[in-house]
Amino acid sequence: MSDASGKTSLFLERRSYRRRRMMDALRLLPVVGVLLWILPVFWPSANDAAGAPPPVAMSGAVTYVFVVWAGLILSGMGLWLALADPNGRIHKDPVSERDP
Amino acid sequence: MGKHVLLVEDEINIIEAIQFLLSREGWQVDTHSDGATAVDTVRRMRPNLVVLDYMLPGKNGIDILTELRADPDFQNLPVLMLTARGQSRDRELAERAGVSRFMTKPFSNTEVMTAVRDLVQLAQ
Amino acid sequence: MISVNQLVGVSLVYVAFLFAIAFFAERASVRGRGAWLRSPLVYTLSLSIYCTAWTFYGAVGYAARSGMEFVTIYLGPSLVMIGWWWVLRKLVRIGRAQRATSVADLISARYGKSNLLAIVVTLMAVVGVTPYIALQLQSVTLSLSIFSGPEVSESLTISTAFWVAFGLALFTVLFGTRNLNANERHDGVVIAIAVEAVVKLIALLAVGIFVVWGIAGGIAPMMERIDASPIGEWSMDRSRWVALTALSAAAFLALPRMFQVLVVENEDERHLQIASWAFPVYLMLMSLFVVPIAVIGLDIMPAGSNPDLFVLTVPLAEGQGGLATLSFLGGFSSATSMVIVATLALSTMVSNHVVMPVWLSTQAEGAQVSGDVRNVVILARRASILVIIGFGYIYYRLSGGGSALAAIGLISFAGVAQFLPAMLGGIFWRGATRWGALAGLTVGFAVWIFCSLLPSFGPDAVLSAEVFDNGIAGLGWLRPQALFGIEGIDPTVHAVVWSLTLNIGAFLGVSLLTFPTPLERLQGAQFVNVFDHSTQARGWDAALATSEDLMIMAQRILGPNDALSLFREEAQRQGLTGHLPEPTQGFLQTLERELAGSVGSATAHAMISQLVGGTSVSVEDLMAVADESAQILEYSNRLEAKSAELSRTARQLREANAKLTALSVQKDAFLGQISHELRTPMTSIRSFSEILRDTDGLDQAEKTKYASIIHGETIRLTRLLDDLLDLSVLENGQVSLNLDSGSLRDLLEQAVLSAGGDRSTHLTVKYARADTGVVLTTDLDRLRQVFINLITNAQKYCDASKPELSIDVIDMGARVQVVFHDNGTPIAAEARALIFEKFARINDKDGSGAGLGLAICREIMTRLGGDITHEPRPDGNAFVVHLPAQAALAAQ
Repeated sequence: MSDASGKTSLFLERRSYRRRRMMDALRLLPVVGVLLWILPVFWPSANDAAGAPPPVAMSGAVTYVFVVWAGLILSGMGLWLALADPNGRIHKDPVSERDP
Repeated sequence: MGKHVLLVEDEINIIEAIQFLLSREGWQVDTHSDGATAVDTVRRMRPNLVVLDYMLPGKNGIDILTELRADPDFQNLPVLMLTARGQSRDRELAERAGVSRFMTKPFSNTEVMTAVRDLVQLAQ
Repeated sequence: MISVNQLVGVSLVYVAFLFAIAFFAERASVRGRGAWLRSPLVYTLSLSIYCTAWTFYGAVGYAARSGMEFVTIYLGPSLVMIGWWWVLRKLVRIGRAQRATSVADLISARYGKSNLLAIVVTLMAVVGVTPYIALQLQSVTLSLSIFSGPEVSESLTISTAFWVAFGLALFTVLFGTRNLNANERHDGVVIAIAVEAVVKLIALLAVGIFVVWGIAGGIAPMMERIDASPIGEWSMDRSRWVALTALSAAAFLALPRMFQVLVVENEDERHLQIASWAFPVYLMLMSLFVVPIAVIGLDIMPAGSNPDLFVLTVPLAEGQGGLATLSFLGGFSSATSMVIVATLALSTMVSNHVVMPVWLSTQAEGAQVSGDVRNVVILARRASILVIIGFGYIYYRLSGGGSALAAIGLISFAGVAQFLPAMLGGIFWRGATRWGALAGLTVGFAVWIFCSLLPSFGPDAVLSAEVFDNGIAGLGWLRPQALFGIEGIDPTVHAVVWSLTLNIGAFLGVSLLTFPTPLERLQGAQFVNVFDHSTQARGWDAALATSEDLMIMAQRILGPNDALSLFREEAQRQGLTGHLPEPTQGFLQTLERELAGSVGSATAHAMISQLVGGTSVSVEDLMAVADESAQILEYSNRLEAKSAELSRTARQLREANAKLTALSVQKDAFLGQISHELRTPMTSIRSFSEILRDTDGLDQAEKTKYASIIHGETIRLTRLLDDLLDLSVLENGQVSLNLDSGSLRDLLEQAVLSAGGDRSTHLTVKYARADTGVVLTTDLDRLRQVFINLITNAQKYCDASKPELSIDVIDMGARVQVVFHDNGTPIAAEARALIFEKFARINDKDGSGAGLGLAICREIMTRLGGDITHEPRPDGNAFVVHLPAQAALAAQ
């Protein structure tokens, strides 16, 4: 990722280093979302065979799904606020503009 | 040489002034103010001297002069050209067309008369 | 209880309100005050057409039947939005760069602008979405029937569906096809959608809040009731949880209506960044109260009541008529906004990819000489809208609003999800080919029809029970719900997994085996590398097209004004004067993209190739694309750009030089003129003053004569200088106008008097119709100067034996003309063009004028906002002074 600028200087300026790591976080966010929302698949369910652990209560399930949701939204919003310059544009980072 | 001058000029007051000056020196002055027919008039009158204005209605002084010089009869006719345009290019054009003397308006009376005398002397 | 009539009344008022909002938004946007229409908020809200009536009503029903599974429909899109950086960012950028008008257009553009692909995608989209439109119509009639009670007649529901369909068609035609260019965006539609988004959110939240705090009595008691309810335990089909989340994510990207609002109507890529978290907020709020409403509905409603309508029936059962009405409007909004945008998106596809190519091929002369294409496109689009909504209505009538419709939401999702491999493959993988895309689409679509669409009608409806049990022609591995003999999978998951797997397999396999056309490779490179645009696909052999032909074609599609400004801008960019640019490759590409915004990329490509003859993709281009030798290409590109720039600069220099030479000739002539005008009087002055000084013996009469000549010439000189200064001030615009009011008649009389009237000269001045009482507000002094000049001109130059000047006022209300008509010799035709020029003297016998009078008159009239013209009359000359319009207006 950082090989493009590695030739000229080994260490990035602190601010742009932070910015890049935040871009990484932004890219990681949907992966986190997928992982957290796939977890309910492993919960014990009411249609499981007899002898399985008792199923999770619906209220707990609802709370879990919505808490994850709110967390993802807040993280997304926070990253947007941190990365947007006063004009609201995500900073043009030469590396971040390139395709993964 | 005779003292017959043709004044080709369209400004009435300038005609008046030059006519006054030349007639005092004993010239017979004829005037003509249309450019288009000027060459014919010269052919008809056969003057000893032509005072020619640059900007004339119908045909400009350079064209008239060129036409005159093309006629063998008038190759040595003294022509004094007057211009009010005052651009150096005009003098060049006039000289190429074969002008005898080129003067820019406004002129002083002595200058004009000196030029006329010079031209007469040269022609003799 | 609210009556059906009241409800219909409320709906009509609401619809009228939406029409009004759309109308005012369109107007504001036309007047350039539509910036607020394009805020990130409106963009986010417009995305909410994802939430249709199926989600508004159906989510609660879904939850009542299957617990939390309903939420997968919202989780998929949330993940896509939160992960905008990966896919949406690129999709939006490509959509904007290629001016894609629809999903079909995007896919066709990616795979070498293939119209075959576009048609296939269009047909698939129509098949996939039409039942969905029917579902919306059904939801509106069903919800209305809740209010009308059991005595509702069959004819009422049918007529409701008809009028709803009719109203939606009208709205879409009115606001969806106002402007042709799909990329010009539909402000009216978008703002109406945004308002409906707010209404449906508020409606659902209101019902939810009422249920939680009004019925259950707070959050904690609500949670208890949830756990105690029939859906109180986590019961989950695990495969469905995963498959439906993935399916909804795929559908979110591939649904034609979502592409419309996400990409086509996107104004600014930054809006996407904001929507990336703002839209999940919307989705979360929409699903927040679904489980509580379902639980309370199951609790208090009698057994056997339709859980799909709990959103309406729960408030009604609690006697909350107002809340139920709001809820009805919410459902109504969900249904209508979905139908409007879906129809808009589909009609664009149908008209661009089906109607236009057919129409073009029937035009023997080709694109450049046929009539105004814009009318055809708009007509095609309107007809498509009517046909698509008509399909939806007919589907609704045929299906009879049966239970088969309830499942159609997911079935429709699975259908459009078939676009996804071709779409994503196209934007991330350069090896994807047209045949691969075509194979994937058809295989996926066929599997979807067999495994999902046809079985949804139930056994023996379309597919016989025999096929369900034993497969087509008794082949056990061809059973619609157990392909390849693998049994026991949930039917929906089965259809989704198999259709997409086979789709992707065919797409990848065929792509690997086939070889792309040059154009495909170029487009592929442009799509995949959209973020580093160092290489431009070079498409057209520029030398073969003439700018005139292109201009004619562009006018027919973009309209004369837009086409002209596009061409003129390009000409300016190329450094040319005039409006026809050189048909460079770059320009042809720009033009093609502009056209693509109106008629789709495949059609635009076909139209340009009719003019240009064909694409030229050189060996070098191919090598660059195929061998990744982008550096070589870039270097040669740079050289080429440099040489183009050099020749452009040279051309600019030549033009500038020619301009300077022309200016210099003009300046020489002008200086010569001025010099002549100044020196001539000075010659007389000098000569005569020398005569007076040097000549002895002049008599008194001579002295007086010469002195008066000098005097006259100084006056002439002064006047000349005055005129020159006046003209210079007027021409430089430094003159300040002294506005004043006065009667035109008075002004004319003053002018005649100042000019000496008819006393000093023999000119007779007559007035004809000068008594109109016109009062003027303008710079009266300047206007008088013009009049005086015209009168003195007549005095000087009118050569009739009995000179006459007639002054005529022609009062035409807003405009007033003053005609100065003399009876002199008419000015010769060849001189007429010159009379208003500086130093132009026509018939100037005594040489007293400098030839500036009329030039000054014209400058003054221009300053005053009027004009002055010369009209030859058989019996003389007429100078017409056109008074400034506002000066005359003030007179009324």
